[in-house]
Amino acid sequence: MRFKIKSQEDFWAGLMFIGFGLVAVVIARDYPLGSAMRMGPGYFPTYLGVLMMIMGAIITVRSTILPGERIRAFGWRGLGFLSLAFFTYGLLIDTLDVGFVLSIAAVVILSTLASREFKLLQSLALAAALVLGTVAVFIWGLDMPYPLFWWR
Amino acid sequence: MEFLAEYFPNLTLGFATAITPINLLYCFLGVFVGTLIGVLPGIGPLAAIAMLLPLTFNLPPVGALIMLAGIYYGAQYGGSTTAILVKLPGESASVVTCIDGYEMAKQGRAGPALAIAALGSFFAGTVGTILIATAGPPLAEMALKFGAPEYFSLMVMGLIASAVLAHGSLLKALAMILLGLLFGIVGTDVNSGMSRFAFGVSGLTDGISFVVIAMGLFGFAEIVNNLEAGGTKRDLLFQKIKHLWPTWDDFKRSWRPVLRGTAIGAFFGTLPGAGPTISAFSSYALEKKVAKDPSRFGTGAIEGVAGPESANNAAAQCAFIPTLTLGIPGSGTMALMLGALTIQGIAPGPQVMTQNPELFWGLIASMWIGNGMLVLLNLPLIGLWVKLLTVPYRMLFPAIMVFMAIGVFSVNNQALDINMTLMFGFLGYIFVKLKCEPAPLILAFVLGPLMEENLRRALLISRGDPTVFMTRPISAGFLIATALFLVIMLAPAIRKKRDQITDEPLGA
Repeated sequence: MRFKIKSQEDFWAGLMFIGFGLVAVVIARDYPLGSAMRMGPGYFPTYLGVLMMIMGAIITVRSTILPGERIRAFGWRGLGFLSLAFFTYGLLIDTLDVGFVLSIAAVVILSTLASREFKLLQSLALAAALVLGTVAVFIWGLDMPYPLFWWR
Repeated sequence: MEFLAEYFPNLTLGFATAITPINLLYCFLGVFVGTLIGVLPGIGPLAAIAMLLPLTFNLPPVGALIMLAGIYYGAQYGGSTTAILVKLPGESASVVTCIDGYEMAKQGRAGPALAIAALGSFFAGTVGTILIATAGPPLAEMALKFGAPEYFSLMVMGLIASAVLAHGSLLKALAMILLGLLFGIVGTDVNSGMSRFAFGVSGLTDGISFVVIAMGLFGFAEIVNNLEAGGTKRDLLFQKIKHLWPTWDDFKRSWRPVLRGTAIGAFFGTLPGAGPTISAFSSYALEKKVAKDPSRFGTGAIEGVAGPESANNAAAQCAFIPTLTLGIPGSGTMALMLGALTIQGIAPGPQVMTQNPELFWGLIASMWIGNGMLVLLNLPLIGLWVKLLTVPYRMLFPAIMVFMAIGVFSVNNQALDINMTLMFGFLGYIFVKLKCEPAPLILAFVLGPLMEENLRRALLISRGDPTVFMTRPISAGFLIATALFLVIMLAPAIRKKRDQITDEPLGA
């Protein structure tokens, strides 16, 4: 093959910027462009998008010329559980509104699952300690307006 | 004479504000919590302030800013402590301190290293305070004459400087700036009232919250990355620190590096886009260059601690100059401070100094007091910080996650912010994988709306003629300086040098 990717990092980074630029330009087509003198809401984002696509293209082309590194594997376990912890927090405290205590406990336990050194007892103990600490600081100390439990 | 009369009442007002018991308490709390967080690995000053910003919502403006400033330099300082004791920089500006600081600790001289770092920082902080007090008013006066073209060019300069000085590829840094600007303009366009890039989500019409983007890119992504690295192992060779006080020889070796470091830090700190990290790296490189015996560096040379530590503190302090006088933040951290100001209902800009003198001068006086507190707080409390370091990471990161979750949610009380944070965390993790430095992005994010507004106004006045940026002298000056930056940095010889400065200490 004539075009060999020499720097995986740059190759994908370039594609990412082209992608973002493209999305920006396409979406900004719905906004009036205006002129340089009277800029519409589409003017600035369109130019940013175009510039970004140009940059992305240069970075991608360069990745076939200049050597670089391979991308290391993704740490899916960490990413997955931490995302789940955050998502669950939003769900519990806002959408389901089950109160502060349970929401915090969920964040702690799901977060600890992200580590390869997970131990259940330790995780539960940490959850208890952090719930107590945050309730003391944020609810009692700083008067944050969240109910402790769903029965208020 | 007139100048002196102007000068002293201002600082007197400042100290009178800062020294009230309640403000002293805020200052102390900020410095203490800041140091605590700075000591923990993986949370830099930016994430620390973002995480704790919600705590200050209910404080009066002066108290809130004093506390945030305390957190800022406390975190900076805590980072150096761990750099010296366990070769674990709490944040990027103290990476170079690891090299010689840790060597000194290994030789049983952790005490003098910590003391010199503290004293050097205090000196640099004092100079920084005086500089702000001196340069602030004239700069603010000048800024009042700035029109839209000047502001636009100044922001271009700051952004390009942040890209040039960022670690790694310049092209990628520039692309990150464009991306940051784009994220910045999400939400309602002030001119047309049109909602842009909101994807029909009502929570996005106010734009993306700074706290969300900062926590995602610098908090969440960082934890995922740390976990993957498999719990950083720390060599705790720590013994009890016997003598804290440096020897006479240490002082003799240190005072020149402290002066030079302070000068470097003051320069880079004032320059928008640069900051503590590049100051510390430059200072280390300079000290190594001017030393009679450069081979001592890397084996516990006290100059290698004194210089960079003074430099990063001077820079941290002087970063307030453009932020407070021009209303243009020079870094993500400063952007957060401005954000805090806005939340308190104060519009950032040159008028802050005249309209809220007690806020401006109180903050400056409290910075100096805070620096003093750091010296008093850190040296006796070293034992506590070290104990904190023995807590394993698998116990720490769930706690950080909890604080981030509470912090993010408390800004708007909507689950959307939490979910956006995790999306930005995911994106931040991809940035790490693709070696795209997020610091320029965050600065661009803040400047995005300001930049569009000033571009729009500049071109409206000039009737669409883009040469307006070159025909106005101050604006042209900024742009020429920007071009010089780029040309200088693209010159192969200097480029190599830059890569050496930013890469070498990390590998060492």
